[in-house]
Amino acid sequence: MSTLLRVRRRAAAPALDLVAVLAALAWLFPVYWMVNSALLPTNRLQTPTPTFLPVDGTLANVRRVLADPSFYAAFRVSLLVTGLTLLAAVLFALLAALALSRFRFGGRKGFVVAVLVVQMIPAEALFISQYQVLDGWGLVNRVAGLVLVYVAAILPFTVWLLRGFVAGVPVELEEAAMVDGLSRTGAFFRVTFPLLAPGLVAAGVYGFLQAWNEYTLALVVMTDPGRATLPLWLQGLVESNRATDWGLVMAGSTLIAVPVIAFFLLVQHRMTAGLVSGAVKG
Amino acid sequence: MSAPPASRPVAPVTAPGAAPPAPAPGARRGARRRRRPSAAYLLLVPATLPVAVGLGYPLARQLVISFQEYGLAQQFGRPAEWVGLDNYTALLSDPYVWTVIARSVAFCVVNAALTMALGGALALLLARVRRGPRVALQVSLLLAWGTPVLASMTAWQWLFDSQYGVVNWLLAEGLGLDSMRYHSWLVEPLSFYAVATVIVVWMSVPFVAFTVYAGLLQVPQETREAAQLDGASAWQRLRLVTVPMIRPVLYVVLLLQVIWDLRVFTQIYVLQRAGAPTRETHLLGTYIYSLAKDFSTAGAMATIMLVLTLVLTAAYVRRMLREEDA
Repeated sequence: MSTLLRVRRRAAAPALDLVAVLAALAWLFPVYWMVNSALLPTNRLQTPTPTFLPVDGTLANVRRVLADPSFYAAFRVSLLVTGLTLLAAVLFALLAALALSRFRFGGRKGFVVAVLVVQMIPAEALFISQYQVLDGWGLVNRVAGLVLVYVAAILPFTVWLLRGFVAGVPVELEEAAMVDGLSRTGAFFRVTFPLLAPGLVAAGVYGFLQAWNEYTLALVVMTDPGRATLPLWLQGLVESNRATDWGLVMAGSTLIAVPVIAFFLLVQHRMTAGLVSGAVKG
Repeated sequence: MSAPPASRPVAPVTAPGAAPPAPAPGARRGARRRRRPSAAYLLLVPATLPVAVGLGYPLARQLVISFQEYGLAQQFGRPAEWVGLDNYTALLSDPYVWTVIARSVAFCVVNAALTMALGGALALLLARVRRGPRVALQVSLLLAWGTPVLASMTAWQWLFDSQYGVVNWLLAEGLGLDSMRYHSWLVEPLSFYAVATVIVVWMSVPFVAFTVYAGLLQVPQETREAAQLDGASAWQRLRLVTVPMIRPVLYVVLLLQVIWDLRVFTQIYVLQRAGAPTRETHLLGTYIYSLAKDFSTAGAMATIMLVLTLVLTAAYVRRMLREEDA
C-alpha cells in the first residue's frame, strides 16, 4: 500500500485536463442521451433539431413502461434467474476456492489449469448444443435451465477470482484462532470469512452483472415471449416500436439500467481490485 | 474509487509469481498435511457439477454431432449417421465461410487494438490529470461500463437512427455534410461495421482503462523519477519503465479483449435485426446462430471457432500456464 499512498501527481498540463473532460463527455453522452430521450414525449424526439435538455420533460414514457404487464413478467424472470445464479455461483465458487488454496491434493494443478482453459470456450460456439441438451431434459423456457447455463458460464471466473482472495488470507490466522480454542469450522467462520467479504462482494457483483445483462443464452433458452428476461423484453419492445416510439424504448432501457448502474457504482472498485489481483497473482 | 481497497492489498506488479511473501515451504506444507484431501474433493463437487453438465457435456456432444449427419430426421429419433470429416470439408471448402472467418478476425484485431489503445490512453490520462477531471472521467466510464448491453444497444441505435438520430444531425448541421442527413448506417457492410466498432469499443474501453489504471498505481513513482534523472524522455519512461512493469496486466487484458471481440454476438445480432443485410454482415457468432437448424454443420462451425480462438490465444495461455508453474 505504501507505494499507492506515495503516488505523487505532478501538476498536470491543463491541456490534459481538457482532454480528460472531453473523453468523459464522449463516454457519458450515449447514456445521457438515453435518459434525456426517456424524459421527452415522442413528438419532441422526432423533430428536425434534437432537444438536448429535458427542461420541461415528462415521466409519461416511464409510466407507460411501468403500466405494461410484460415488463413486470420479465422483471420477475430476471430477478429470479439473477438471484439463483448469484447464490449458486458465489457459494460453489467459494467452496472450490477453499479447496484450491487451502488443500494440497492430487490433480489440484490440473483443476487450476482446467478453470483457466474453460474460460477460453466462447459461449457463442456452444449455444446450439446447450439448447439441445436443455431441450432433451425439458428445461427450455425454464428458469432452472437458464440458471444452469449461467452458473456454468460464470463459475470459472468466480472460482479464479475467489481463489486469489482466499490465498490472500494467511492460513496462520486461522491456526492461531484454533490454538485459542476454536474448531476448524469456527475458526473459518470467525476469522477467514469476514476477511473474504470484499472478494465475495466482487464475485457477487460479477455474477449479478452477467446474469442481469446476458442476452445470447437467454435468446436461445427462453424462446417463449412469456418467459423473457429483461434484455429479451427490451429487444422485443425495440422491434415493435422502432421508428415510431423511441421515447418508450429509451424509458425501457433506462429502467433496466438504473438498478445495475446503482449497484455497480456502489461496489465496482472492489471488482477492479479483484481483477487486478487475479491478473497479477495468477 | 481510484485506489484498490486497503483491506485487500494487491501484489506488486513487478514480481508476479514471487510476489506474496510466502512462509517457509516446510511450515506451509506442515500446516496443510493435517487437512484431509478427501475434503478438498468434496468441496470441488458443487462447482464442477454445473460446469460439467452445462458446459462440458454440451461441448462433448457438439463435437460428436459435428462428425455426424444430424438433421431433422435425427431429431425425430432416427440414429445419426457417422460421416467423418464431411461437415468440416463442406464448410472449409465454402469460400463464404472463409469470408466470415476473415471478417471475424479482422473485426477482432481492429476492435481489440482500438480498445487497448484508447483504454491504455485513458488509463494514463487518469493517472496524470487533476482530481476533478479524473473523477468526471471515472464516473463516465463507470456509467458506460455498468449500463446493460441491451440498454446501451438501444441507445446507440437511437443515436444512429437515420431520420432523427443525433449522429446524422451533427454530421449534417454541425459539419455541413448534407448527404448524411438521412444516411442509413446499417445498410452498407462497411458502415455497419464502423457502427458496430464504435459501440463495441465504447463498451469495452472502461474495463481496460480501469484495469490498466489500477496497474499503473502499482508502479513506484521513484522508478520513473530515477529514469527521469537518468535523462529518459517521457516516451522512453513510458516504453522502458512503465509498460514493462504493468506487462502482466496488459497481457491479461489483451487476452480477454481478443476472446471477447472474436465471439462478439449481441451487438452484431441486434444491429442485424435493425435492418442490415445478414449475409453481408455475419461474423462467427451470428453465422453459427443462423445455422442453428442444421445441428451438424453448426456443431462443426462452432468447433472451428473454438479451434480458431485457441490458435489465436495459445501463446498467451502458454505464458499464463508457465506463471502458474512458478
